[in-house]
Amino acid sequence: MSQVFIGMPSLPAYGQGNLFATESFPDAAHHELRDDQLRKNLRHATTSIREKRAHVVGELPDWEDLRDSGSAIKEAVMADLPAMLEQFEANFTARGGTIHWARDAEEANRIVEGLIREQDTDEVVKVKSMATQEIGLNEYLDEHGIKAFETDLAELIVQLGHDKPSHILVPAIHKNRSQIRDIFLKEMKDVDPNLSNDPRELAMAARAHLRRKFLSAKVAISGANFALADTGTLGVVESEGNGRMCLTLPETLITVMGIEKLLPHADDLEVFMQLLPRSSTGERMNPYTSFWTGESHDDGPKNVHLVMLDNGRTAALADTYGRSALHCIRCSACMNVCPVYERTGGHAYGSTYPGPIGAILSPLMTGIKAEENNSLPYASSLCGACYDVCPVKINIPEILVHLRGEDVDSRRGQRRVPSEMDLMMKGVQWAFSSGARLGLLEKALPLGKLAAGRDKKIKRLPGHLAGGWTSSRDIPAPPSQSFRDWWVKEHESPAAGTPGRTDTTGQEK
Amino acid sequence: MKIALFATCIVDGMYPSTARATVAILERLGHEVVFPPGQACCGQMHINSGYFKEALPVVANHIKAFDTTDYDVAVAPSASCVASVKHQQPMIAERAGDTGLKQRAEDVGARTYELSQLLVDVLGITDAAAQLGSWFPTSVTYHPSCHGMRLLHLGDRQLDLLRTVEGIQLTDLPSADQCCGFGGTFSMKNAEVSSAMLEDKAANVTSTGASLCTGGDASCLLHIGGGLSRTGAAAGTLHLAEILASTREHPYDAGTSFGAKAEVAR
Repeated sequence: MSQVFIGMPSLPAYGQGNLFATESFPDAAHHELRDDQLRKNLRHATTSIREKRAHVVGELPDWEDLRDSGSAIKEAVMADLPAMLEQFEANFTARGGTIHWARDAEEANRIVEGLIREQDTDEVVKVKSMATQEIGLNEYLDEHGIKAFETDLAELIVQLGHDKPSHILVPAIHKNRSQIRDIFLKEMKDVDPNLSNDPRELAMAARAHLRRKFLSAKVAISGANFALADTGTLGVVESEGNGRMCLTLPETLITVMGIEKLLPHADDLEVFMQLLPRSSTGERMNPYTSFWTGESHDDGPKNVHLVMLDNGRTAALADTYGRSALHCIRCSACMNVCPVYERTGGHAYGSTYPGPIGAILSPLMTGIKAEENNSLPYASSLCGACYDVCPVKINIPEILVHLRGEDVDSRRGQRRVPSEMDLMMKGVQWAFSSGARLGLLEKALPLGKLAAGRDKKIKRLPGHLAGGWTSSRDIPAPPSQSFRDWWVKEHESPAAGTPGRTDTTGQEK
Repeated sequence: MKIALFATCIVDGMYPSTARATVAILERLGHEVVFPPGQACCGQMHINSGYFKEALPVVANHIKAFDTTDYDVAVAPSASCVASVKHQQPMIAERAGDTGLKQRAEDVGARTYELSQLLVDVLGITDAAAQLGSWFPTSVTYHPSCHGMRLLHLGDRQLDLLRTVEGIQLTDLPSADQCCGFGGTFSMKNAEVSSAMLEDKAANVTSTGASLCTGGDASCLLHIGGGLSRTGAAAGTLHLAEILASTREHPYDAGTSFGAKAEVAR
């Protein structure tokens, strides 16, 4: 039998685009930690949004039940994804929409470019969208002579500032009001030179800047928060109304969406519309929620397209321990509570998806060995705050640990010389896998006193790892006797032998 | 009740007085404490660093040491080690394809308690002064460790015990629920981010004016104490077991104890 190419890529097909840390997390964090203004901006923003979230979540007596429901619905979707995608396609198509399947970022960008060219235009307006950030659509279109205008206020700030988003919900979280005013003064034509840093004035300046674009654009590009399989409906949740303008004014609407965004029925929105706004902006309900089903004769866009994006999602789905990362509804609650994110900001993660969810999602989508993505799962103290707030209960700490295991395993046999960490783990394993050996090692505790100074503190240890520790922390001089040693002397020597206690002796086999 | 003490490697080697305090509290309540001698470490450091293969013998050793009918419940003065015993050890056994070991791990996990869990839930302690004779006339602030708070859901158990200690002056720690930045090897691999977290924790401890920061996890206290010591802060750290064990007759004495305060802040 001859082999026939049937066009199926071999699994796993990893993602491309803006999913990569290009320098290791500790190195990237090193730069970001030096930026005092950044630290101040982040602390202010994350603290206030954290408090808002906690307040509105606290109002719901059934919050934990909602989280369970959200998690269960997403799990069911992932278990039945192929069939549900086909169901969605049939319903979307029957209502006049056109669906395009994109295996990766490059394919998605090419499809979108082709659809724009069909409309004979070189300008598009955009609704805030993570999927198009992920595939680097703006940069791709720019290289091909098409200008994409971001209409979300924060995305506009990032775009005008020739910057990168650092948060999935508030992409300009790293900028404060005065920095934003400076960007507007520099980049916006016809802006009032006396523009202040008052939020309302800034919003009005952006509004005037964008209004012309809305009225003239022939093509709009959006993402989607939800896709309902049983009706072929798409939905976008937003705050400013710019999205609504994009979704209704231009003649052509192109939506780019990850395949994991499906929900079975409209009923499921009851759960997600309670979970999402409270988790993301800390509001009971977001100001604008738009749903559209195919094309309508007398209103809205005439050409309705959807680009269904894989870009590594199938690879993530294939990972038994990691697949629940795909349940993410992009609320950003995990970054707002993450002590690491609060100090480094989003740029340190390299990828479009920063913070705790990004630290698992990016390597799951690209494979652990891609660029510096293997440093991302270590960017966490495993404090668990992210898991606690996740509206769909993604156990992020557990997946971080799983991916650390993937990383360690991927390096086995690859190194000619073992790393400092390899040596430490191997050495400690010897002592920690036997009470007798640990006891023997503990006999040397008094030696540790030699490393301590007169003040009984160890202030400096050699090596990258231990040296990193003592860069900002003292270690107390160890005691002269371990507990184990004390116990044996106290309980097991003939002099101290207490009845009922000695029966634990000599049990080690 | 016969209670097996899991001292944990860090308490065993660095803070033996914390384990001795744990023994003292339990014996004071009339329970018999045993120390399974085969015990070493729960394996958390290996597991959280991704070295699952290396963790297996460590985990298997712990299960072997505690898989006996020679005690009723096991206790550890560390929430994160108990969480590792309960949640991570079965996972390591499962990944190794050893269903028998996994079952034994789950059995051991089900019988293992964090100290405040044991005191409050099993032994019914609601008033440390009345039931344990705890007396500690010192200003103290309390850091709830992440794994106790979020993995074991200890809630206010530790704080409630501290509140009922006679003579204690307990002050609230600002942003108490924020991680101190330890995270095991995180503090080495990402030492700078960890230091930035520690800096804020240490500043919050200092802002309370308390002379001690207490908590239920020796590892976090080692970290916080190390940061306080480096900045020259007056405050030190001390495990809550040592506060509960302190009485009028036998008050806590930093001079004879191996507590962090004694070794670091003095």
